[in-house]
Amino acid sequence: MDAPVSGFRELAHTADWALAVWAPNLAGLLREAAAGMYALCQIELEDGPAEAVEFSLPAAEPELLLVGFLSELVFLAERDRLAFPETQVEVGPGGLQARMAGRRIRRQMKEIKAVTHHNLHIEQDARGLRAEIVFDV
Amino acid sequence: MVDLKDLQKVSDHEWVIRASYRADMRVPVRIFASRALLEAAIGDKSFEQAVNAATLPGLVGHVVVMPDVHQGYGFPIGGVAATELPDGVISPGAIGYDINCGVRLLASSIDVDEVAGDLPELADALNRHCPSGVGVGGRVKLATKELDRICLLGAEWALKQGYATEADLRRTEESGRLKDSDPTRVSPRAKERGRTQLGTLGAGNHFIEVDVVDEIFDEAAADAMGLRKGRLAVQIHCGSRGFGHQVCTDYVRDFHQTVHKYNITLPDRELVCAPLSSPEGQAYLGAMRAAANYAFANRQVLAHFARQAFEEALAGRTANWHLHQVYDIAHNMGKLETHAVEGRTLRVCVHRKGATRAFGPNAPGLPPEYRAIGQPVLVPGSMGTASWVLVGTEGSMLRAFGSTCHGAGRTMSRSKAKKTIHGGTLRAELERDGIVIRAGSLAGLAEEAPQAYKDVDDVVETVAAAGIARKVARLRPAAVIKG
Repeated sequence: MDAPVSGFRELAHTADWALAVWAPNLAGLLREAAAGMYALCQIELEDGPAEAVEFSLPAAEPELLLVGFLSELVFLAERDRLAFPETQVEVGPGGLQARMAGRRIRRQMKEIKAVTHHNLHIEQDARGLRAEIVFDV
Repeated sequence: MVDLKDLQKVSDHEWVIRASYRADMRVPVRIFASRALLEAAIGDKSFEQAVNAATLPGLVGHVVVMPDVHQGYGFPIGGVAATELPDGVISPGAIGYDINCGVRLLASSIDVDEVAGDLPELADALNRHCPSGVGVGGRVKLATKELDRICLLGAEWALKQGYATEADLRRTEESGRLKDSDPTRVSPRAKERGRTQLGTLGAGNHFIEVDVVDEIFDEAAADAMGLRKGRLAVQIHCGSRGFGHQVCTDYVRDFHQTVHKYNITLPDRELVCAPLSSPEGQAYLGAMRAAANYAFANRQVLAHFARQAFEEALAGRTANWHLHQVYDIAHNMGKLETHAVEGRTLRVCVHRKGATRAFGPNAPGLPPEYRAIGQPVLVPGSMGTASWVLVGTEGSMLRAFGSTCHGAGRTMSRSKAKKTIHGGTLRAELERDGIVIRAGSLAGLAEEAPQAYKDVDDVVETVAAAGIARKVARLRPAAVIKG
């Protein structure tokens, strides 16, 4: 059976956390990376209305956009206690536009200090894009 | 992949990867490890990362690797690298996101037998007074102007606010204040994160631990530090919280442009850097020092809260519940220091990531009571195992840029620890050994299980045998408080 076209998987790392993520395109890769990061943090969300949050990042190489996008989510989780089960991300020549529906974090078991650039390369294969991301915890 | 055959043996506790191992290396790598610790480290990417670090422009001497080394991101944890001023580089990733993560040791004259029945209550009091865990803010809320004062003054700010004593500052690395910090080089976002987190422990491997002085190896040094066998002590392990994480995040991002500007080629983008003499390098240095000062103030405020907890739990039950400071030391920091390198006296920027400063006797900056013995070095073990108090030596000055190990060092991945260790079972085992546990997250507890770490005693025996630290005292845990 073919593997799903998009997803994430935790990788072994001695000191920190690492994720493999894959998706057909960059927007999908960002969505999967966000979902994987929230899964690593073991986040539980409150019920209740979603809060709309939008942000943009200036044009940059895809690896920098990936780290920048996840770093923004780390910041919003810490400052506003918000996580985003639904993300709508558009990446174009002008940069990244994110429109997301956030929910309050009821419980978070683990903390990510930062999203690193360690050995980060977004690779293209016949099925789409894949990358490995290391988080400092 | 670095293999054992690539290592040249210097002694039973020292090995070298020659600069000829890879064409882009600028200096060799010096590894302090026993054969067993070497084989443990070769299983992950620690030595590849040390080789990558050896490509940084402006390096002098060796990249130094400690026996507690493990794989990090870009630069190995347990690594030291020195770049020559003025044009050598500074690399935020070689210092780490948790700028001035470090350890403080407080000691007491309380005999453990006197308060053994009070330890659960003491752990509860510490848990209440010292906020910990993910997303938990502190009791000290700061306006931006006050935060800027902390960036400039570090632990001196805490002294002015009544959170510290003069002796606390005297017994802190750099007296708890890095000069020439520049809060104007810190982003508004970092300041936003820092305003609510002063006096908080955080999560992950950070902890407060009540220990018992278990064995003394150097009576004179222990006496100078006020450590007596059977007495209680407290370790506080934490850093600059979200403030420092954001400073590093900002500069690693920005330095991706800087390396192009200065034509710097690197094997790993997490090692991005800037010449120390450049405006970009100076900006990071100012911001990094601001975060380091925040961390000094953070551990100082937590020490104040720990003293309140001791008073609350033990006043009236013991004659003297005061905690005096032994020392406070960073293990993630970049510092401008003077070292003898291959017969020359050089001004260098020493990057220590998961490595502790370990200045020998009579080094400048040591308080008078420690000049004869050398600088205290605090080496926490894994949860439930021993911790160590060491002192720096002439050997650490000559062979490791005045540095030594910082802990036990991980050997098992977090994902494997989660799969193989159950937090609840671990907690029960530790409590059966007489250790009181207060943990916000059982999953987090499992990741920090002692099975996931090397034996800290092996690490300490190695640095002692290699001559880059000297043993003073071993501590055993009595209560652990974690987020």
